[in-house]
Amino acid sequence: MQSEIILKMEGICKSFPGVRALHNVDFTLRKGEIHALMGENGAGKSTLIKILTGVYQRDAGKIDLEGRPVHPRSPQDAQNMGIGTVFQEIALCPNLTVAENIFIGRSRDNFVHWKKMNAKAAEILDSLGIPASPTQELASCSIAVQQMIAIARAVDMDCKILILDEPTSSLDEDEVQKLFALMRQLKDRGVGIIFITHFIDQVYEISDRITVLRNGELIGEYETSALPQIELISKMMGKALSDVSAMKKQELRKSDDSVPVFEAVNLSSAAGVKPFDFTIHKGEVNGFAGLLGSGRSESVRAIFAADKVTSGEVKVNGKRVKIKSPLNAMKQGIGYLPEDRKGDGIIDELSVRDNLILALQVMKGFFRPLSRKQAEEFAEEFIEKLDIKTPSTSTPIKSLSGGNQQKVVLARWLLTHPNYLILDEPTRGIDVGTKVEIQKLVLALAEAGMSLTFISSEIDEMLRVCSRLIVMKDREIVGELSGLNLSEQDVMHMIAQGGQS
Amino acid sequence: MPRLKTQVNRSSHLFLPLSVLAILIIINLIKGADYFKITIVNGAFYGNIPNILFGASELVILSIGMTLVTAASRGQDISIGESGAISSAIFVQYVLRSGNVTLGTILVGFLISCVAGMIIGAFNGTLVSFFNVQPMVATLILFLGGRSIAFIIDGKVSPILANEISNRIGTVIPGVPIHTPIILTAVFIAVVAVVLKTTNLRLYVEAVGINPNAARLNGINPKKVIFLTFLIMGICAAVAGFIAVNKAGRHDSVNLLKFIMMDAILAVALGGNSLAGGKFSITGSVIGAYTIEVLNRTLLRLEVNPEAIKVFKAVFIIVLMIIAAPEVRVFAKRVLDKVKRPSRTTPYARQVD
Repeated sequence: MQSEIILKMEGICKSFPGVRALHNVDFTLRKGEIHALMGENGAGKSTLIKILTGVYQRDAGKIDLEGRPVHPRSPQDAQNMGIGTVFQEIALCPNLTVAENIFIGRSRDNFVHWKKMNAKAAEILDSLGIPASPTQELASCSIAVQQMIAIARAVDMDCKILILDEPTSSLDEDEVQKLFALMRQLKDRGVGIIFITHFIDQVYEISDRITVLRNGELIGEYETSALPQIELISKMMGKALSDVSAMKKQELRKSDDSVPVFEAVNLSSAAGVKPFDFTIHKGEVNGFAGLLGSGRSESVRAIFAADKVTSGEVKVNGKRVKIKSPLNAMKQGIGYLPEDRKGDGIIDELSVRDNLILALQVMKGFFRPLSRKQAEEFAEEFIEKLDIKTPSTSTPIKSLSGGNQQKVVLARWLLTHPNYLILDEPTRGIDVGTKVEIQKLVLALAEAGMSLTFISSEIDEMLRVCSRLIVMKDREIVGELSGLNLSEQDVMHMIAQGGQS
Repeated sequence: MPRLKTQVNRSSHLFLPLSVLAILIIINLIKGADYFKITIVNGAFYGNIPNILFGASELVILSIGMTLVTAASRGQDISIGESGAISSAIFVQYVLRSGNVTLGTILVGFLISCVAGMIIGAFNGTLVSFFNVQPMVATLILFLGGRSIAFIIDGKVSPILANEISNRIGTVIPGVPIHTPIILTAVFIAVVAVVLKTTNLRLYVEAVGINPNAARLNGINPKKVIFLTFLIMGICAAVAGFIAVNKAGRHDSVNLLKFIMMDAILAVALGGNSLAGGKFSITGSVIGAYTIEVLNRTLLRLEVNPEAIKVFKAVFIIVLMIIAAPEVRVFAKRVLDKVKRPSRTTPYARQVD
C-alpha cells in the first residue's frame, strides 16, 4: 500500500458570526486511499469540504497539496489544482448528452469539435467502465450512471483528489456496488478519495481510513479496520462508552395493555423506509433513534401520510382507518411537526397568527373560517402560553428567530388538540433555553394524556424525554429499547450490531 | 423599531398603485382642471371618471381572477380574453336562438356562459395542477385556439345582439344614473369580498403560493387550490365576456377582449402583487386595473398619435414602475435622511453611540 501524502490540512479554523464551525482541525489524505469523513449534522464536515474546495476561506491553518501550500479561492480554482467534487445533488444538465456533460464549460475554443469530443468521451467512459454512450441524453441514464458521469467529469479534469459528498443516498444496493467498483478503480490509479456518507456499513465496506469530526473539532483519524462500529458511533455522538453511567435514569411509564392510540402494521412509504410495525399508547412518549439518514423521519412521515403510503394497515384507538393524506391523519387526531422547519413547517411570509391557526383552520374546513377575533385570541393565548417572542400577531413569521418559529409551529398543532403528536427534530437549530422548554412541554403534555413521538439527533435529549426508543439503521427498525436501563450505550450497541446479523 | 417596520409593510402594497394613480391624475389636472367634471346627459352621469369606471369594467373583473391564479400557481393565465370570447359566444347563441328575449333568457344565457367559463378554467386548471404544465404554456393552447372556437360557435362573422335588455346591460338603464357595467363590476367586487370573508380562500391560496410543501402537511391539497383559482378565473372571464359583448352589441370573435391578459397581468403587478405568487392584494389589483384605464385615457387626452399610443404606454409604464420601485423609495429615503440629519453619518456620532 502506498502512503504518499497528497493532501495535508493543518489547524484549520473557521468561524461564522456567532458560531465556531471548525476549530483546529487536521486532515490528511494519502495517495490511492478512500478516506471517510464522518460526523453528525453540524459536526463541520461540509465546512471543511467547502474550505478545501474554495467555497469558504479559512480563518487560520494551512493546506498543503502535494507538499506545496495552496489557497483555493473558488471552486474553479480548486478544480484547477486537481480537487474535484461530486455532490449529492447531481450538478449536471439532464437535457445535454453524456459527452457534452463531461466537457461542458471546459473548452477554450469557441467551436465544438463534436466528433473529437464524442470519441474522447467514449474513451473515458470505456476506461472507467461506465455503461453509457457519449451521445445519449443524460436524463436517460439511471441516477447511479449520472453520478458516475459526474465523477468521470471530475476525474477527467486531472484530479488528484476526488470528494464524494453523499453520493449513495439516492442509489439502490446494486447501483451502490457499481459506484464502489468505480471508486476502487480510481483508487488503484492513485486518486485520493474523500467519502462522505451517513451509511455506516458503506464506510466499512469501502474506506481505508476514517476521520471523525464533532462540533467543529477533530476527534481523530483511524484505520477503518482498527475501529469497531460501536466506537465509531460513540465518537460521532460524543459519549465515550464509559461515562454513560452518569446518565439520569428515566422513570418507567406503565406499559399498559389498553388499546393503543395508534397502531401500524407493515407500514411503508414511497420515501423508501422498509415496512415496519409501530404502536403508541395513551400518555406515552416514544422516539425513533438512529443516525441521520437511518429512516427516522421517513417512518414518522409514513405515519402522517406525508409521503405516499405504499403499504400497511393503520388502527386509531383500535379502529381500522385509512390514512392517505395529511388531512386524513389530522382528522384522526394526529399532528406532525416536520423536521425541515423552513421547507415544510412555516409559511414564511404569512403572519404569526395565520401560521398558528393554519392546521385548526384547515380541519374546520374551507367554508368555516375563524373570525379575526377568534384567530387573534388563539394567537394571543399561545404567544403567552409558550412565551413566543414576537412584536405582534401580524408580524410575518420569517422575521422571528428559529426557536420562536418552532414554537409557533408547535402551537399550531397544540391548537388542534391532537391525541397523538409527532415531533421530528423540534429542537434542532434553536437555543438551549427553548430546547429545555420544549422538552418540559413534551413531558407535561404526556402527563396530560397525549401520546407523543419525539425525534432528536441528540441522543441524551431523547433519553431524557422518551420512555421507549425504536432504533433504526439504514431505513430499517433494528430493535427497541425501553425501561429503566435505557442508556446511550444500549442505543449505540444496537445501532452498531443491528442489521449485521 | 419592529412596530414601525410592520406599519410600513402593511401600507406598502398599496403604495405602488396609488402613487402611480396619483401621478396620472396630476398629469391630467395639469392638462385641464376640469378633469373631475361630471355632466348629466339623459339622466346618466358622463365625464372622465364615469368613463374610466365604465371602460375598465372587464379589466377589473379579469384582474381579480388573475390575482388569484398568480398567487396560487405562481404563473399567469394568458387565455382569459379567449375564454371570455368563447363563453360570450355561447351566451350570444343562446340568446339569438331563444326567439323572444326576456330578462330570464339573458339570465339563463349568462349562467350557461359562466358554466362554459368554468369548463375552460377546469381545462387550464387540470393541465396546471394535475399535469404540472407551466401556467403560461398550459393557457397558450386556448390563447392560440380560443378565437377559432369562438368563431365556430358564432357560425358567421360578428352576430348582432340587438335587443333592449342587452342594450341596457351594455349602456344604461333608464332612470339609473350610473352605467350598468359599472354597477355589475361593483356587484362582482362585492361578491368577491363576501367570498373572501366567508371562506378560507385567501389563507389557502397564500399558503399554497408561498410554501406548497408546508400547506400540504397542514392538510391543504395544493393541486385542488390551484385548480380552484383557475375555475374562478373562468367565471371572471365569462362575466367580463358578458359585459364586453353587451357593451359592443355584437360578438366580434376576433377583437373581443383582445390582448386584455397583458393589461390584467400588468394590473396585478401594478397592484403591488408578486408575479411569483404568495401573498396577494385584490384591492391593489383593482386599483391597478383602473390605473391602466386612466393611463389609456390620459394618452388619448394628451392627443398622442393613436399609431404611437402603445409605445407611449410602454414608456409610461416603465417610468412609473421605476419611480414607484422599492429601490427608488429606499434611495429617496436615504437621501432625505441625509438632508435631514447629516450628523448621524459622521464618525463622531458613531463613537458616541
